[in-house]
Amino acid sequence: MIDAIDVSMVDWSRAQFALTAICHWLFVPLTLGLAVIIGVMETMYYRTGNEFWKNTVKFWMKIFGINFAIGVATGIILEFEFGTNWSNYSWFVGDIFGAPLAIEGILAFFMESTFVAVMFFGWDKVSKGFHLASTWLTGLGATISAWWILVANAWMQNPVGMEFNPATARSEMVDFMAVATSPTAVCKFFHTVLSSWIVAAVFVVGVSCWYLLKKRHREFAVASIKTGAWVGLAGALIAAWTGDGSAFQVAQQQPMKLAAMEGYYEGEEGAGLVAFGILNPEKKTAADGVEPFLLRIEIPKMLSLLAERDADAFVPGISDLQEGGYVQKDGTVALSVEQKMERGKAAIRAFSDYRTAYKSGDEERMKIASSELRENMPYFGYGYINDAEELVPCVPLTFYMFRVMVILGGYFLLFFAVVLFFVYRKDLTAVRWMQWIGIGTVPLGIIASQAGWVVAECGRQPWAIQDMLPVGAAVSKLDVGSVQTTFFIFVVMFVVMLAAELGIMYKSIVKGPEV
Amino acid sequence: MQVKSCEESNMCFMRKWIGGIGRFYIDGFHNMTIGRTLWAIILVKLFVMFCIIRAFFMPDFLETVSSDKDDYVSGELINRAHEPADI
Repeated sequence: MIDAIDVSMVDWSRAQFALTAICHWLFVPLTLGLAVIIGVMETMYYRTGNEFWKNTVKFWMKIFGINFAIGVATGIILEFEFGTNWSNYSWFVGDIFGAPLAIEGILAFFMESTFVAVMFFGWDKVSKGFHLASTWLTGLGATISAWWILVANAWMQNPVGMEFNPATARSEMVDFMAVATSPTAVCKFFHTVLSSWIVAAVFVVGVSCWYLLKKRHREFAVASIKTGAWVGLAGALIAAWTGDGSAFQVAQQQPMKLAAMEGYYEGEEGAGLVAFGILNPEKKTAADGVEPFLLRIEIPKMLSLLAERDADAFVPGISDLQEGGYVQKDGTVALSVEQKMERGKAAIRAFSDYRTAYKSGDEERMKIASSELRENMPYFGYGYINDAEELVPCVPLTFYMFRVMVILGGYFLLFFAVVLFFVYRKDLTAVRWMQWIGIGTVPLGIIASQAGWVVAECGRQPWAIQDMLPVGAAVSKLDVGSVQTTFFIFVVMFVVMLAAELGIMYKSIVKGPEV
Repeated sequence: MQVKSCEESNMCFMRKWIGGIGRFYIDGFHNMTIGRTLWAIILVKLFVMFCIIRAFFMPDFLETVSSDKDDYVSGELINRAHEPADI
């Protein structure tokens, strides 16, 4: 009954992209994190020469290989979608997106594919040191690969280092370093990569706990738990710090996303952070007068402190961002959405004038239009907005997913600390309830990681590129039916791939390590 | 005149080196167990992605609608600001 479903082209294209990205992200964090854990284990082998570590590495390398092989190239489907479903966007971003992705493809892919071969085929054929270096370089290649992808994503959240060229209708990179090292990109990279360590660490600890429950491979399981838990604890501690940096960047660049993350409608000085809250489902708009929360427990002044590094600072809420009029950090008065919409429409008008002048070769008009376009370009995307409510992302989704991520992040810190306590101070092999918790924690790593992406991507709606291009202008004019068809093809494809991954992985885990 | 032996010449060294890399991969693939299944999955997946999905379902949209891409996208970006309901 696809025809009866009343959803727009934009929604189907977004759903398809979300499906692909979510499935792609099931494989990536495990690859990034397992590479580090394997690297640590192989370093132990290199230092001690103990064959036990070699066999331990070989087992986790097999799991890494299964995940790597099944997940490899799933990200290419996202690039297909850019070209098919998001063609206006793809053209608009120009080489800003192309350059990081090309670097990622050439440098990281070749680095990964070269060293991954040595990693798998090189045992007993190359020296221990060269093999160890290859293992670390495989992980480094995957991490560098993630860097460039995240640079591209960060640019969509905070478009810096670019200028829009109306003659080609494309954005052109004017400052590579500004794009490659923007604070948004740096924070996003570290937070994402470290969260991947956590995902892999809970996986390693969980699988090892399963062996303990089955009373198999105890020495291997305990050694794996120790390595995994240390990597996980380090990842969780640093991820908490980088998470703070990421939230600070959101407050600076995407205040509407921050407001949605907090269900925060009316701005105030010394704003509190919602530690626990239940949103009122009756709340629909900022101006409807309905209380946003059914229940709220907040930490006083914490939101101001985290967002502005000042416990008494003013943090704008959704209403403030819509109405403007408050004084910003740089001393200027914030524009209202109405004013931004006017500026956006002026930008698009100037763009239209430029194109007409460009075609007729009227240099003078081109110059005037170009000047007006440059002046209003920061608000270009607002020219497509008809109502201030369109700028508010889905508050419940953003609010709850943010809490899922943060609460689970806190849980992982506790989890790894408790696991390490049991493994060093008690006998973890005898504590069955802790082993069950270890197994039960495995899916939570994936859930937390996915929740983080939901906050990042749904929280920035309606923007494909922050303030520059909303999804409605970015999407291709396709037939909805064709997008629905490919959506369901991808559903089938990903289900098959996941079934294959889980099946092969399960068989390998049941078979166990050769130690 | 002294003739360099094969072992001493650069060409021979290169040949050995490339041959060594080739043997490294061939031996590696020969000794794979689970890896063969994984390679089969990778090849099937790449075939489906590039030969079916890319070719039949997900072409480059701009290639299919206009030869003058910047003009087409400009038109879209300008017109959508006036008629968002048509999207």
